[in-house]
Amino acid sequence: MQDIRKALYVGSRSDGRLIQRPMSPHLQIYRYRLSMVLSISNRLTGVAATAGAALGVFWLAAAAKGPKSFETARKVTGNPVGQLLLVGWLASVVYHTVGGIRHLIWDSGYRYDKTEINKDGPVAVGVTAGVSTVLAGALLGVAGGRARSRAKARKAG
Amino acid sequence: MNASVSHIEVMRSQLGRARGLGAGGSGVGHWWAERVSAAALLPLSTWFVVQMFRLGGADHAEVVKWGGKPVNATMLTALIITTFYHAQMGLQVIVDDYVHGKAHLPTRILVKIGTSLIGLLGVFAVIKLVAAGNSQKS
Repeated sequence: MQDIRKALYVGSRSDGRLIQRPMSPHLQIYRYRLSMVLSISNRLTGVAATAGAALGVFWLAAAAKGPKSFETARKVTGNPVGQLLLVGWLASVVYHTVGGIRHLIWDSGYRYDKTEINKDGPVAVGVTAGVSTVLAGALLGVAGGRARSRAKARKAG
Repeated sequence: MNASVSHIEVMRSQLGRARGLGAGGSGVGHWWAERVSAAALLPLSTWFVVQMFRLGGADHAEVVKWGGKPVNATMLTALIITTFYHAQMGLQVIVDDYVHGKAHLPTRILVKIGTSLIGLLGVFAVIKLVAAGNSQKS
């Protein structure tokens, strides 16, 4: 026996004869498809979005605790590493939303043919990239602008 | 005469029943709850992104003032509860798929406790902000 797992793959046919059940091939056996990356990405971005939401709650709790805690939170959201995390959270939420909408459409019985799924996949990637870039750029721009103008006002006052 | 002849009432092996394996009967409810909370999160998270445009780079006083407003506090609480409810169900499916054996049940309970506690922290943070907004006014 070459593969020890084969011992666990013994089944019986309806006439009672013992046969070896087929093993499912490993992941790298399958030909690459965009849809399989998008499928697992919906899960991964769901986990990432949850982690981001937890950080968001910590930010809110810091604001509720007081100015000192909020300053600590600002140190995270204000520095480049923290902002990279925020952009990652945003992109995850955007993709998970796009993927979620696709799931709701499939559940309603639409766009679930192979050709339709293969057509919609690149659209989902494009929409995610576009919306994420625009939102991230605009939000970071607004936040940076507000922080700068406040620093200027503080210097003047 | 043959009324008392035993027959199979449940299409499930006796060993499976004894071990409590097989379908739990709660799958459809879980599926629906996942979809409904997902649909509810669409407007709620859109609202949050819009609010972040108002709040990006804000200082502590501005955030406290924002969180203390009744409409903001309501939307924020709804967003937090729905988010962590949805996350809990999603993470549960992932744990069910990938964690096997003895580790399965503890992991599932940890996911439940973790998401619940973080959600509660968010809710109480909002309550504190509302209270702070009230005390500032008076």
